[in-house]
Amino acid sequence: MELLSGGEMLMRALHDEGVDMIYGYPGGAVLHIYDALFKQDKVEHILVRHEQAATHAADGYARATGKPGVVLVTSGPGATNAITGIATAFMDSIPMVVISGQVHSSLIGSDGFQETDMVGISRPIVKHSFMVQNPEDIPMIVKKAFYIATTGRPGPVVIDIPKDATDPAKKYKYHYPESVKLRSYSVPGKGHTGQIKKAVEILLAAKRPIIYTGGGVVQGNGSDLLRELARLLNYPVTNTLMGLGAYPATDRQFLGMLGMHGTYEANMAMHFSDVVLGIGARFDDRVTNNISKFCPGAKILHVDIDPAAISKTVSADVPIVGSVTSVLEEMLELIKQSDSRVDTQSLDLWWQQIEGWRAKDCLKVTPADNDVIKPQQVIQCLYEITNGDAYVSSDVGQHQMFAAQYYKFDEPRRWINSGGLGTMGFGFPAAMGVQLAFPDAVSVCVTGEGSFQMNLQELATCMQYRLPVKIVCLNNEALGMVKQWQDMQYGGRYSHSTYSESLPDFVKLAEAYGHVGVRITKLSDLKEKMTEAFALKDRLVFIDVLVDPMEHVYPMAIAGGAMKDMYLSKTERT
Amino acid sequence: MRHIISILLENQPGALSRVVGLFSQRNYNIESLTVAPTDDHTLSRLTITTIGDDRKIEQITKHLNKLIDVVKLVDLTEGAHIERELMLIKVKATGVQRDEIKRTADIFRGQIVDVTNAIYCIQLVGTSEKLDGFLAAISGTTVLEVARTGVSGISRGEKVLSA
Ligand SMILES: Cc1cc2nc3c(=O)[nH]c(=O)nc-3n(C[C@H](O)[C@H](O)[C@H](O)COP(=O)(O)OP(=O)(O)OC[C@H]3O[C@@H](n4cnc5c(N)ncnc54)[C@H](O)[C@@H]3O)c2cc1C
Ligand SMILES: Cc1ncc(C[n+]2csc(CCOP(=O)(O)OP(=O)(O)O)c2C)c(N)n1
Ligand SMILES: [Mg+2]
Repeated sequence: MELLSGGEMLMRALHDEGVDMIYGYPGGAVLHIYDALFKQDKVEHILVRHEQAATHAADGYARATGKPGVVLVTSGPGATNAITGIATAFMDSIPMVVISGQVHSSLIGSDGFQETDMVGISRPIVKHSFMVQNPEDIPMIVKKAFYIATTGRPGPVVIDIPKDATDPAKKYKYHYPESVKLRSYSVPGKGHTGQIKKAVEILLAAKRPIIYTGGGVVQGNGSDLLRELARLLNYPVTNTLMGLGAYPATDRQFLGMLGMHGTYEANMAMHFSDVVLGIGARFDDRVTNNISKFCPGAKILHVDIDPAAISKTVSADVPIVGSVTSVLEEMLELIKQSDSRVDTQSLDLWWQQIEGWRAKDCLKVTPADNDVIKPQQVIQCLYEITNGDAYVSSDVGQHQMFAAQYYKFDEPRRWINSGGLGTMGFGFPAAMGVQLAFPDAVSVCVTGEGSFQMNLQELATCMQYRLPVKIVCLNNEALGMVKQWQDMQYGGRYSHSTYSESLPDFVKLAEAYGHVGVRITKLSDLKEKMTEAFALKDRLVFIDVLVDPMEHVYPMAIAGGAMKDMYLSKTERT
Repeated sequence: MRHIISILLENQPGALSRVVGLFSQRNYNIESLTVAPTDDHTLSRLTITTIGDDRKIEQITKHLNKLIDVVKLVDLTEGAHIERELMLIKVKATGVQRDEIKRTADIFRGQIVDVTNAIYCIQLVGTSEKLDGFLAAISGTTVLEVARTGVSGISRGEKVLSA
C-alpha cells in the first residue's frame, strides 16, 4: 500500500471522489496542502481574490452542474471569510465541501496565531462538520463529507484540518473507502405508498388544483418527471424563486413565479385553489405571506425529502417524505393505473378563471418616453439576444427580481441566485463558477451597482483564468430594493440607500483589470450595444446600463395579507 | 406541555454542542439536560426536558433527528415511563429546625449524606415534581445550596432505546 502524507491523502481523496476543481486561497495553516496540490495535476485549483468568492464560485458550480462545490481556505480570517458563502449554500440546500486549515493541534485553544473555532462558528450553518483528529482518518472523513453533503437534503459540510495533520514528513497508508455507512444518518428514498395513494386520489378529485414546486425539483433532478405529471393532468404550475426552470417558463401551463414578487395569476391561483401539490418547496414566508390567511380553501399535499420541512410553517394534509424523483415516479404510475379521471369540466372552468387573471398582464412594461431605459427592458433584451439559453446568475435586489420575472427559464440549473440568505455579492463569483464548469456556455451575471461592489475583486480572477463572463449591471445609482421599501413604507426618506455622487466609473474599472467595459444610457442604444458586447465571446464585458432609478418591482405582496393581496403598480392594488 | 426526550448520541467531540446549539438557534428552550456515556462507550445518552405544544415538539424531534450525531431518540412522555432526578441540597440545620428538617427529609425518603453541627446535606431522588415538593416543604429553612442533576428517564415495559 502507498504511503502518503496527510496533505497528499487529502488531494488524492478529492480526486478519488471525482472532484475536478476546487476554489481557494492559501495561507499558513494550509501550506502543506498547497504543496501537495502543487505536486499533482488531477485536481485543478482556482485562485480567487477573497474567500467569500471561493464559496460562491463553488456554489455556482454546484448549482449549474449538480456536483458538489469544493472550497479550500486557511485558518482564522480565511475561514471566517468563507462563512457568508457557507450560510448562503446552507439556506438554499446546496452541496458543498469546505476544507479549512486549522492551527497546529497542540495550539488549539491557546488563541494561537490565526486560530478561530471554525467548527463552532460554522455549526449553525452546516449540515455537518468534521475536525480531523488523526491524519489516517482523512480519506474516510472526505468520503463521509461528500456523502453527507450530496445526499438527502443537500448542504455544506466543513472539514477542519490542523496543520500537523498534513505534515509532509509523516506518511500513512492510503486507502479510499468505496462506500460509507453512518448508523446515525439515513437518506429518505421512496415515499410512503399509502400516503402517495391518498395524495393521488385528492389530486385527481381536485376542481381547482395547482402544482407549486421549488428548489428541490431542480436540486433533485425532478424536472422531467414534473413536466410529465403536469402535462398528463393539464394542471397549472408555479415555481418559487429557487424552482425557476424546473418547469418551462414558456409553456402555457406555467403561471410564473409565485410569492412576494410573483405574478398576479400565480398568487391568485394559489389563493383560490382547492388542492396545492407542493413539491421540493418549503412554504417560505416570502411565498405564503400571512400563514393564517394562506390558501384558505386548499388541501395541502407536500412532498419533501426533509421531514422537518413538512408542516414547518403550513400544516400538510398529506405529508410525503421522499425524493422528488421517486415520489413523482410513483405518482405517475398510480395516476396511469387509477380508475379516477381528472374532472375536466371543473378544470376547464378553472383554466378560464386563470386566463382571466393572466389577461391582466401584470408584467407588462410601460416604456418611458424620453429614451430612459426601464430595468425590465434590459432583461427582456438579454433574453432575446441570448435566445433564452444563457446561465444567468444574479445578485440580490430589484435586479434579481426583474431577472426572475422577465428571463424565461425553460431549463433547470440555468437560474442561479441566493434566495434564502439573499446574499449581495453572490452573483459575480457564482457566474465565474458556472463559466469554469461550462467554458463554452454563455454565463451572465445580472447585478446592481450595489451588489457588484461587494465582490468586484474577482475581476482579477476572471482575467487570470480568461473567464468571459458577461456582467449586466442594472445601474439605478441606489440600493434600489431598500429604496423601494423606503418609498412604500417610510415616506420616501432614503436613509443611506443612495450614493450617486460616489459611484465608480465601471467602464474604467473593468478596463483597469484588462476587461472590456460598455456604458448604455439610452433605450435606443440598448439592443445594439448589448448585442455587440455579447459578440465578444472570449472577453469579460461589464455592461453598465443606466436604468430608471424610480422603478419599483411589482407585483408586490401586501404584508400581513393573503397571497391574493398585492400591489400591482404604484397606484393599483388588488 | 413538558416533554422528556432521550437521545442516543455518538460519543464524539462536539456532538453535545450541536444538540445544545440547535435549541438556542431555533429558539427552543431546555428545562434540563443530562448526559453521560452508556454501557456502549461509543454512545452517550442525553435526556432533555423541554416545553412546547405538539407542533413545536414535532419540529424539535425532527431537527434533532437531522443531526448526524444523533443515532436514535424517543419522546418518553409519549408513553409510560420512569423519570428520576437527583438533588443534593445543603441547608442550615440549627435549633428546632434541625429535627424538623430531618423529619421532612424522611417523609420524602431523602437521606442526610453529610452533617456538621450547623448544616445538613440531603440527597433526594424522584421526579422533578417531588423535588420541587420537598423544596416547598422546607421553605421555612435557609437553603444554602441546591444541586440538581436534571431529569433522566427510561420507558416502562419491553420498549428499548438502542442503536
Ligand atoms: C429579495 C428577495 C425576494 C424574494 N422574493 C421571492 C418571491 O417573490 N417568491 C419566492 O418564491 N421566493 C422569493 N425569495 C426567495 C425566498 O426567500 C426563498 O429562498 C424561496 O422562496 C425558497 O424556495 P423553495 O421553497 O423552493 O425552497 P428551497 O430553499 O429551494 O428548498 C428546497 C426544498 O426542497 C427540498 N428538497 C431538496 N432536494 C430534494 C429532493 N431531492 N427531493 C425532495 N425534496 C427535496 C428541501 O428539503 C427543501 O425543503 C426572495 C428572496 C430575495 C432575496
Ligand atoms: C450582504 C447584504 N447586505 C445587505 C442586504 C440588504 N439588501 C437587499 S437588496 C439591497 C440593495 C441592493 O442594491 P443593488 O445591488 O444596487 O440592487 P438594486 O436593488 O438596486 O437592483 C440591500 C442593501 C443584502 N441582501 N445583502
Ligand atoms: Mg442598485
